[in-house]
Amino acid sequence: MHFVIQNPRLLLHPRSLPLQFIQSKYPRRCLHGAAAASATLCPPAAPVFAVPPTSEILSIRGSLLSGRRKAAEIAGEYLDRLHKVEPQIRSFLHVSETAMREAEELDRMVAGGKELPPLAGVLVGVKDNICTLDMPSTGGSKILEGYRPAFDATAVRKLREAGAIVLGKTNLDEFGMGSSTEGSGFQVTANPWDLSRVPGGSSGGSAAAVSAKQCVISLGSDTGGSVRQPASFCGVVGMKPTYGRVSRYGLMAYASSLDVIGCFGSSVADAAILLNVISGHDRLDSTSSKQEVPDFAKELVSLNNVDSKPLNGLRVGLIKETIGEGVGIGIVSVVKAAASHLEQLGCELTEISLPSFSLGLPAYYILASSEASSNLSRYDGVRYGNQVPTEELSSLYCNSRGNGFGTEVKMRILMGTYALSAGYYEAYYKRAQQVRTLIQKRFKDAMIDNDILISPAAPSAAYKIGEKTNDPLAMYAGDIMTARAKQNRGIGRLVLLSWLSRTVHRGKAACASSCVPLVQEVVQLVVCAVFALTTCLYGCEMSGRMMVAARLVVNVNLAGLPALVLPCGFVEGGSVGLPVGLQMIAGAFNEDKLFRVGHIFEQTLQNCRFVPPICE
Amino acid sequence: MASVLFQAIKSTYLMLYPLNIFNRRHAAPFCTWQYSQIQTKALSEGFQKPNEVQEKSSHSTSRKTPEQILDGFEAIIGIETHVQLSTVTKAFCSCRYLYGSPPNTTICPVCMGLPGTLPVLNSKVVDLAVKLALALNCELSLTSKFDRKQYFYPDLPKGYQISQFDIPIATKGFIELDLPVEFGGGHRRFGITRVHMEEDAGKLLHSETGSYSLVDLNRAGVPLLEVVSEPDMRSGLEAAEYAAELQRLVRYLGVSNGNMQEGSLRCDVNVSVRPSGQSEFGTKVEIKNMNSFSAMSRAIDYEISRQVLLHNQGQSDQIVQETRLWEEGHQKTETMRKKEGLADYRYFPEPDLPEVVLKEEYIENTRQSLPELPEEKRRRYEKMGLNMQDVLFLANDISVASFFDSTLEYGAEAKLAANWIMGDIAAYLKNEHLAIDEVKLTPQELAELIASIKSGTISGKIGKEILFELIAKGGSVKEIIIEKDLVQIVDEGAIEAMVVKVLSENPKQLEQYRGGKTKLQGYFAGQIMEASKGKANPMLLNKILSEKLNSKS
Repeated sequence: MHFVIQNPRLLLHPRSLPLQFIQSKYPRRCLHGAAAASATLCPPAAPVFAVPPTSEILSIRGSLLSGRRKAAEIAGEYLDRLHKVEPQIRSFLHVSETAMREAEELDRMVAGGKELPPLAGVLVGVKDNICTLDMPSTGGSKILEGYRPAFDATAVRKLREAGAIVLGKTNLDEFGMGSSTEGSGFQVTANPWDLSRVPGGSSGGSAAAVSAKQCVISLGSDTGGSVRQPASFCGVVGMKPTYGRVSRYGLMAYASSLDVIGCFGSSVADAAILLNVISGHDRLDSTSSKQEVPDFAKELVSLNNVDSKPLNGLRVGLIKETIGEGVGIGIVSVVKAAASHLEQLGCELTEISLPSFSLGLPAYYILASSEASSNLSRYDGVRYGNQVPTEELSSLYCNSRGNGFGTEVKMRILMGTYALSAGYYEAYYKRAQQVRTLIQKRFKDAMIDNDILISPAAPSAAYKIGEKTNDPLAMYAGDIMTARAKQNRGIGRLVLLSWLSRTVHRGKAACASSCVPLVQEVVQLVVCAVFALTTCLYGCEMSGRMMVAARLVVNVNLAGLPALVLPCGFVEGGSVGLPVGLQMIAGAFNEDKLFRVGHIFEQTLQNCRFVPPICE
Repeated sequence: MASVLFQAIKSTYLMLYPLNIFNRRHAAPFCTWQYSQIQTKALSEGFQKPNEVQEKSSHSTSRKTPEQILDGFEAIIGIETHVQLSTVTKAFCSCRYLYGSPPNTTICPVCMGLPGTLPVLNSKVVDLAVKLALALNCELSLTSKFDRKQYFYPDLPKGYQISQFDIPIATKGFIELDLPVEFGGGHRRFGITRVHMEEDAGKLLHSETGSYSLVDLNRAGVPLLEVVSEPDMRSGLEAAEYAAELQRLVRYLGVSNGNMQEGSLRCDVNVSVRPSGQSEFGTKVEIKNMNSFSAMSRAIDYEISRQVLLHNQGQSDQIVQETRLWEEGHQKTETMRKKEGLADYRYFPEPDLPEVVLKEEYIENTRQSLPELPEEKRRRYEKMGLNMQDVLFLANDISVASFFDSTLEYGAEAKLAANWIMGDIAAYLKNEHLAIDEVKLTPQELAELIASIKSGTISGKIGKEILFELIAKGGSVKEIIIEKDLVQIVDEGAIEAMVVKVLSENPKQLEQYRGGKTKLQGYFAGQIMEASKGKANPMLLNKILSEKLNSKS
């Protein structure tokens, strides 16, 4: 079991905290003695210098403005590091060939005395399911191997307009479907904290790249936790904005009603500056919001200006359902410690219950896979992507898609095709939409009594590569067994058998209509998955850590709310421990609140330095 | 730019291999509805073509009325019509669409379905949908939504069509029309089940050898309105008239050019028959590939007789739910594909587009802005005292109708204006293949012409001459009369002088006349009219001529 190796807050009685503690923090950063004193609270493996993260973006800007450094120098430094650790981390699917040239161009601009745009010289990694004009964009799928988009995604266009240099395209689970980046069609990315572990996913490449300082900031996408969970695994800041805050134009759609482009940074300030640049209404995306975009970074006060209780009166709700069964003890301890840290900052902490939380997962799987089955229809090998030439149209579809898509993607297409089939739509999709409305309402209610909600971002720290991919069928089957055992009321065995045989038949039909070749194992997967979902919908508890993992984050996607994940502590694992992320959830379009709270939390968190060993 | 991108990506993929599955959307040339020929053709030819089903048919004799064909059965016909909207840009992107553009030149990442692209609704599509829905007397859904209709086909770049499924923008309307007088006439009201918005697909161009096919995505994403009728039609004629009225309506509204040749108006027809008096419907058969209203009428009547024959031969079980194609060459319908259960399109709400919300005020404004519709026009013309033939002719084409209305505004009498438009003007336009707004004649001058004849300034004969001058060269009636000195001679003295002159120049004929050959008066009249260059008032001329001829006897 996990245990807390580091969190001084847990050991400090709140009332024993001296008033000048926070005020003295800033000077403490450069006072060797003070830092050494606090290190006594940490196990030997923990870093001695606990310096709160600072904004890399602002420091690059400062160097360029003062002329201390050149953009080319900075780009060179990042590129060197990128190439140095890339053989171990493998977070990039493509590295820009023009980054150096762009940096030199920028230096000429600086020399010319032109005003610097906000992200001048900042090196950005872009998840490979976000389209970039001058680089391949594959979505991590073989079916799009070598595909080069004809346009920049709106978020990428805004980045470039802000002076950022796109350093490359980062690895992901194929089309964002997965949570370990092992589902990439090309390579497996390693966690910079422990190379034998996964970086999380699906934006694992983006999180690992920021963590390993291969780039300054990066873009990810979050459909069901794909920014937040890898941020937690890699010990970086991850921001999932409100649905509609950032244009989805140019993001390869997985589940259109859930997808958002998110941000990674090594500090809250960097995530805030990045979000500021990419946010705003886009006439190319009708689901993008016209809501005004405040200056997120402006909210982040310097710690010299905060009083002892900078978050005085802020109402924080810790979601009870997220620290219960299935969540590692170590994780729970770290998150509870983080909660008491918030209390010390002046927050009013309460434990709240969101009973609808457990309904979120099956609803999420149905909605996401349904939309995915539709969104991935365009990858048919006719206009672009890999085509398997055949003599006949239907086999052209089946072979191109059969060869191009990976197992997880095929499974979700089949599940979604199945869930949308005539006669099943009402039972699955419509019901899932109702659950979604319910969850939205519950969150809204919870937001009346709370300013922010907190929970872990994942039920465990990063797990070992290969640990969960050996037999997905067994995993699903296992879940069904436990679900079945608990159900017992309702369907009798005979009824169940006939239902299963009908389901297999429907599964075959789904294969045909989804143009994915019929593989017995895959059909079984569909059957199992759909059955699992049904039992869930009928109120059965499911077990399995994967399910718990998804549950922690997908509810936020269903409700469309913004959530910030930031590292808050460590659990045992690897050579120096593994980072744990705290998830903060706010009401729609309240990202500014999250950044403000996150920034103060981050700057006041003691003795935690989230720099992985690979960077030492 | 767009085409360059397209080719740069993978032009070779435009080539496909032989396509065996659902062979849809044949875009053969359409021809327009011409009353004079169709129905006779439909009845005389349509049922003369023998085929394997009809070997023992009694239909291969001469003409039959629809009643005879039905022979104790009733046909039920419903129509789905796709109307291509005449918006400047496509439904969900800013590409323009011009019929006949070179393949893949009016496309962009959005209508090509490239990864990461999103649809954005063209608000003009909603405007036109609301217009047509109001004109069809529909109930509008204040909140409607888009859905995805999913199937795989190379002309469908996204793998789904954005359409409306369970909540269409409009439902429960009706259309009213008058059947042509030559087929017995009569007023009809047919129900409209629904009107919904959707996008068109691209086109496949099959190679002559059949070894590959090319994809042209120009048409992909062009906005359509699908109008679904109630199964209210009972004959090919009624169905064709329904379609013709819909075409008239969309042209009146400016919603579409309604051009069948370009595929801007496409009809799929469902036909079933049942014994008269039976309440449940028979098995319905879908007919596609009718390229004109005339073909529609013939195809339906053929299909009805085929089904009735099967019933009469006790083989009604051979009527199966299927799609049949109208083969113009053979004048019969042939099986295209049998339906094995219903196709499952796995509809679900389009998550990329918000709901379409209409405000009452917007609907009311649109309602106020509607032009006078064909049905209203016909009723108004009828009240003017015009006969149904005139009414149908004038209201058929909006440019003719507005020419007529405008002529009346300049003071012309309705019947006279109608006669001119339907007579000499229509004949000229037909010969020259021109539309009424493509010639130089203006309603004002037509009214002037009619007035000049009525007042006696010019004769009817001169009027015709002036008309052709006006059509070809323009100008005003008054100027032409003065310029060419065409004012009618009403001076009795002048006419008398001409009479005397002609009589004196033809002593022989005068003698014959006086010898009893009174028919020669016509000869003299002709001579005198010629001498007056046609300007002599015929009444005065005849009066004076009789006087002269008879007085001297």
